[in-house]
Amino acid sequence: MSTPVLLLHIDGQPVRVKTGSSVAAALRVAGGMGVARSSVTGQPRAPFCGMGVCQECRVLIDGRQRLACQAVCAEGMRVETSE
Amino acid sequence: MHADVIVIGAGIVGAACAHALAQAGRRVLVLDARIGGATGAGMGHLVVMDDNPAELALSRDSTARWRVLAPHMDEGCAYSACGTLWIAANEEEMAEAERKQQRLREHGIDSRLLDAPSLARAEPALRKGLAGALEVPGDGILYAPNAARWLLAQGGASVRVEHAKVDAIEHDGALRLADGSRRSAPQIVLANGIEATTLCPELPIRPKKGHLLITDRYPGTVHHQLVELGYVTSAHHSDGDSVAFNVQPRPTGQLLIGSSRQFDTTDPAVEAPMLARMLQRAIGYLPGLADLNAVRSWTGLRAATPDGLPLLGKHPWRQKLWLAVGHEGLGVTTAPGSAHLLAALMTGAAPGFDAAPYAPRGLLETA
Repeated sequence: MSTPVLLLHIDGQPVRVKTGSSVAAALRVAGGMGVARSSVTGQPRAPFCGMGVCQECRVLIDGRQRLACQAVCAEGMRVETSE
Repeated sequence: MHADVIVIGAGIVGAACAHALAQAGRRVLVLDARIGGATGAGMGHLVVMDDNPAELALSRDSTARWRVLAPHMDEGCAYSACGTLWIAANEEEMAEAERKQQRLREHGIDSRLLDAPSLARAEPALRKGLAGALEVPGDGILYAPNAARWLLAQGGASVRVEHAKVDAIEHDGALRLADGSRRSAPQIVLANGIEATTLCPELPIRPKKGHLLITDRYPGTVHHQLVELGYVTSAHHSDGDSVAFNVQPRPTGQLLIGSSRQFDTTDPAVEAPMLARMLQRAIGYLPGLADLNAVRSWTGLRAATPDGLPLLGKHPWRQKLWLAVGHEGLGVTTAPGSAHLLAALMTGAAPGFDAAPYAPRGLLETA
């Protein structure tokens, strides 16, 4: 039996992940370093601490600013990494 | 380097003193223990305060100096000429806004009364039902740690900064450092904020703890620094805990939220009940804050004097020692004016305003 997967969108692109994955994990699945946001000077920022402390993985999830490492993926979720 | 003056403390006040002394032709050595202080913990507001004539003279002179420096500062200093809106919650506070405008006008400070509809247009995120506001367009904000570094850098070869902890000020005015070595100069400036009492226990300075919180980036939510007019009554209690609504739009789009005051604690921990009180106060003015994402909260200690004015001038009995301490929550605002005043006194020049109200006072006679 295959592992259950769900579909979400990251910057408009469909991404399939295992149920229970964090949004931080989905960012990695979506590609590369899993960039979550840009700093004020435009540098790419990615999940770092993975436990809700460093605040480097802030993303817009269904219109609200949240931490990718602390958010669990849900079917149809829309994640935006550009502010 | 031979130094004419040693400044203890490289925070905003020490940096401004070094800058002013260098401009007066002095060679300055700045000693900093790198333990951080109010400069790194505060809001970085540049705001004219008018609780009393001395505070008004110092903050007016200082904000004018910041406006002259601002165009030269680098981007890291994050200067923003956002102005302040003093928010009146009711008609009683609106009457206070009018009195405040009158006081400011008498001292040539530009301000403008906003009625309720004008305030709602200026800051749509504020709750409905507020009475109005007084706008002070000459106020601003900056990022004080970088502004302090920038001020020090302006001194060029005339200002040298050394990482060193001063353990004691000896009877002849020489400084004994933690590594056992000594430093001496004809004049010493004590500008290390809350740490000043460790070197001069006779100083009438108490710590006043404050909490701050900063949000994620929400550009355009707020346009001015927002302060409740009730701030004046809540912020200047000499005892007891208090909170006041104070929000700044940082150039990053983040919102910096204050403010709180607590005496008799030096525990740097963020205290959830005090933070909650402060945020409830802020949400009472800006309901939308409740939906925003906070990124960090922290605390700092203000160096508070009994009368709320800094101590600027010669120490009455310690050799060579000059004081630039006790700026409480207004050190970033008043650093350039404080430095100008002290440098004038130290070099025999005429200060631009009366130094008497800030002359060191309330010092115990036994060191």
